[in-house]
Amino acid sequence: MPLLDVHELTTHFHTREGVVRAVNGVSFRVEPGETIGIVGESGSGKTVASLSLLGLIPAPPGRIENGTALFDGVDLLACGPKTLRSIRGRAISMIFQDPMTALNPFMRVGDQLMEPLQVHQGLSRREARTRVEEMLRLVGIQDGARNLSAWPHEFSGGMRQRVMIAMALITRPHLLIADEPTTALDVTIQAQILELLARLQRELGMAVILITHDLGVVARVCRRIYVMYAGQVMESAATEALFAQPRHPYTEALLQSLPSTHVKGEPLHTIPGLPPDLIAPIAGCPFAPRCASATDRCTRGAPTLRELVPGRATACFRVQDGEL
Amino acid sequence: MTRPLLELRELRVHFPVYAGLVRRRLLGTVRAVDGVSLDVAPGETVGLVGESGCGESTLARAVVRLVPCTGGTVGFEGREISALREPAFRAIRPRLQLIFQDPYASLNPRMTVFDALAEPLRVHGLADGRDVLRRVSDLMELVGLAPRFMRKYPHEFSGGQRQRIAIARALALEPKLVIADEPVSALDVSVQAQILNLIARLREQMGLTLLFIAHDLSVVHYLSHRIAVMYLGRLVELGPAGEVFHRPRHPYTRALISAIPVPDPVREKTRQRVALHDEPASPLNPPSGCPFHPRCPWAQPRCAETVPPLESCGDGHQAACIRLDQM
Amino acid sequence: MSDAHRPEQDAPPAAGERGASLWRDALVRLRRNHLAVAGLVVLFALLVVSLLTPWIAPYGYEEQDLALGAVPPDSAHWFGTDLLGRDLFTRVLYGGRISLLVGFAATGVSLCVGVLYGAFAGYLGGRTDALMMRFVDILYSLPFVIFVIILTVYFGRNIVLLFMAIGAVEWLTMARIVRGQVMSLRQKEFIEATTVMGLPRHRVLLWHLIPNTLGPIIVYATLTVPRVMLMEAFLSYLGLGVQAPMSSWGLLINEGVQTMENRPWMLIFPSLALSITLFSLNFLGDGLRDALDVRASKD
Repeated sequence: MPLLDVHELTTHFHTREGVVRAVNGVSFRVEPGETIGIVGESGSGKTVASLSLLGLIPAPPGRIENGTALFDGVDLLACGPKTLRSIRGRAISMIFQDPMTALNPFMRVGDQLMEPLQVHQGLSRREARTRVEEMLRLVGIQDGARNLSAWPHEFSGGMRQRVMIAMALITRPHLLIADEPTTALDVTIQAQILELLARLQRELGMAVILITHDLGVVARVCRRIYVMYAGQVMESAATEALFAQPRHPYTEALLQSLPSTHVKGEPLHTIPGLPPDLIAPIAGCPFAPRCASATDRCTRGAPTLRELVPGRATACFRVQDGEL
Repeated sequence: MTRPLLELRELRVHFPVYAGLVRRRLLGTVRAVDGVSLDVAPGETVGLVGESGCGESTLARAVVRLVPCTGGTVGFEGREISALREPAFRAIRPRLQLIFQDPYASLNPRMTVFDALAEPLRVHGLADGRDVLRRVSDLMELVGLAPRFMRKYPHEFSGGQRQRIAIARALALEPKLVIADEPVSALDVSVQAQILNLIARLREQMGLTLLFIAHDLSVVHYLSHRIAVMYLGRLVELGPAGEVFHRPRHPYTRALISAIPVPDPVREKTRQRVALHDEPASPLNPPSGCPFHPRCPWAQPRCAETVPPLESCGDGHQAACIRLDQM
Repeated sequence: MSDAHRPEQDAPPAAGERGASLWRDALVRLRRNHLAVAGLVVLFALLVVSLLTPWIAPYGYEEQDLALGAVPPDSAHWFGTDLLGRDLFTRVLYGGRISLLVGFAATGVSLCVGVLYGAFAGYLGGRTDALMMRFVDILYSLPFVIFVIILTVYFGRNIVLLFMAIGAVEWLTMARIVRGQVMSLRQKEFIEATTVMGLPRHRVLLWHLIPNTLGPIIVYATLTVPRVMLMEAFLSYLGLGVQAPMSSWGLLINEGVQTMENRPWMLIFPSLALSITLFSLNFLGDGLRDALDVRASKD
């Protein structure tokens, strides 16, 4: 029984210039306690999809046109704002790329961490303080007392990210959505934070949706991966299987364009062209204009995500038909 | 042996930090670049790596004199340029160009592509009249942009295309040395590959010497002949790209390489990691002795005593660690 | 996969080959703001009327009819007449010419001086900037009215003097605004790029810095005109500005205030004229600020 079951999520933005089809029929599942990765470049819709789940899309111009997202029996996309608010921050938490904007610069760190406990769970100040110190230790910030009275700007990027993780996990959520949590951090700090997330996941038994553009990061921590492009899921598979043998031309092209997979001196494989403009309605497969394996059929009908074998799905006609 | 094109000797860039409104007292000094010596041979590509706050961007800016040098010297084309006065320095600027990290911010939003590319040509007398149009078209084609879009404004292009324009602008003056400050960091993965290929091709075509700054070691390794690793304003390792990448000797380089996520799940799960548990110290208050010792898994008490010099540890390979032979 | 040796011809950025500058985007946004457009239309109408005044005005502005005296509006005198029997409609029209002229001319002066001064100070920075700005601070603290009085005493009463005096005061704020803008622009990478390319300073100032500060400048200028017009009204009220038989709205309002109870029309019409103009300018200024403020980039 999946913890979160998203089916055909569709979110559009109705702007003056036209309708931006940011997310089009995205489906994915998260089992309890597992880490999945949603990989895509900018404009792929991965962030909009996760924000849609928690009702964080600005309502005009954004609108969730379609889809269901079953979490513990509740459809997040259909329940009222009150229910959503009670789930958000308690059962489902989210952390973002820029930890600086998540913290109020005018409040001491300790107060910010204690606030949700005092408000939502009615804890006394002392009880809340104990929990917060315990949480900070859990995320690797020792010396709780001194850090609690510090201000956000006194913390470095890595520390702030840890604080944000502490804030997100303080209510022991079942699901954590991490949107590019390490992109703004140095590589060595990124490694620490990823290690931390993996450890916390084991200790707290929570599920994690890791959203990133970095294929190396998902290779390290995720069990299953969904690859998104132009608002759709192109491929989904277990991590090892995806990297060993990608079953979609986009995934393949993406993997091949990484310098680390390349022999020095040879030109890198590139994906020609640009991602499509999401305002113009796309006929056929969104990747077709840039796909080296595209045929006529690819520009006429839009492929849907179909399972090849249990646990592997692809949205490519030619792969589905066994041609590739 | 040919003379290096760029010679940095004990380059220092320190920024004083003041506090107080009425009486400004000196709080301390940010030692962004703290004694860097480096040679770049003509036609060579040197990759400069370090994490944020380690001074690579400051180094780049100091070489092109966007920030003043506090100490040390910069030699270019055999001449010492750090002491030159501005008018004399301006005469050599065309040969020393910089590509910025953010393609969105490095182009004047109110100038068309044509204007942006024509301007340096006209100002430095490299073209005039009808010639300008032809040169601009050539430049655009050189970087893979269709010349018919020259009347468009930067915001009408994508990030990758804007970076191409920025590259074209840098090359308009026919520089000898191009410093690229994280030119692909702000771009999507699939676009990065395009730009890297472009840079590689242009470097061959125009015989450029390149100082390439990036935090992604795999990108640096791909493009560079040699790699220099910086930490808190000092060089800690220097050597041939393949050597530094596959057989790093300095503890920081090792930690850096082991921290880079590799898109290969099998390797990721089984590789040996050098884990660092701390944050880098602030360049306002660097540690005594070796700048890396507080985080170093191999540190010993004597590491805090003196700053280790770069020592040879292989053919053209140097590292600044007193425990080199023991690791 | 693709042949990386061929230059990649990316898909064209947007349809067509003509560029769409940020100005054009701003214009499109401005057009959608109905209040601002209304303000612009009214302003334009006022300017046209002002220009055509010598042909539109039913009477000469000096024409007196002492026998008539001040009468309320009727078919012969649409706005009524003043104490000397002069047609108020005519006087409002001619007054408008003066007021609008002073408003725009003084703003123009303050623009030219202020923008150049501020941009210069901001760009040069350091000690020069500090000196230049201290000078501005000193001028700021001088009482404006005394300054105008001194000028009037020295140069005599003169309409040119009037708008130069006002312009001489308004440029101070403009200079400060532009300096601030330029200082923050200096940090931007495209300005750093001009240094790296070795472009001469005057070029950077004229083609890179000032064009990118024009947004706030235009907005501020549009909102300066009403302020200047009020200042002119104030000066004329004090007897330092325009003198009869020439009129300005300020003078007319002054006269109207004095006979407010008995002859309200003498106050109402010039006040209405001034108010409508001020409203239009303010709406336009607000609209311009909104149109130019938003980052035009679609990112």
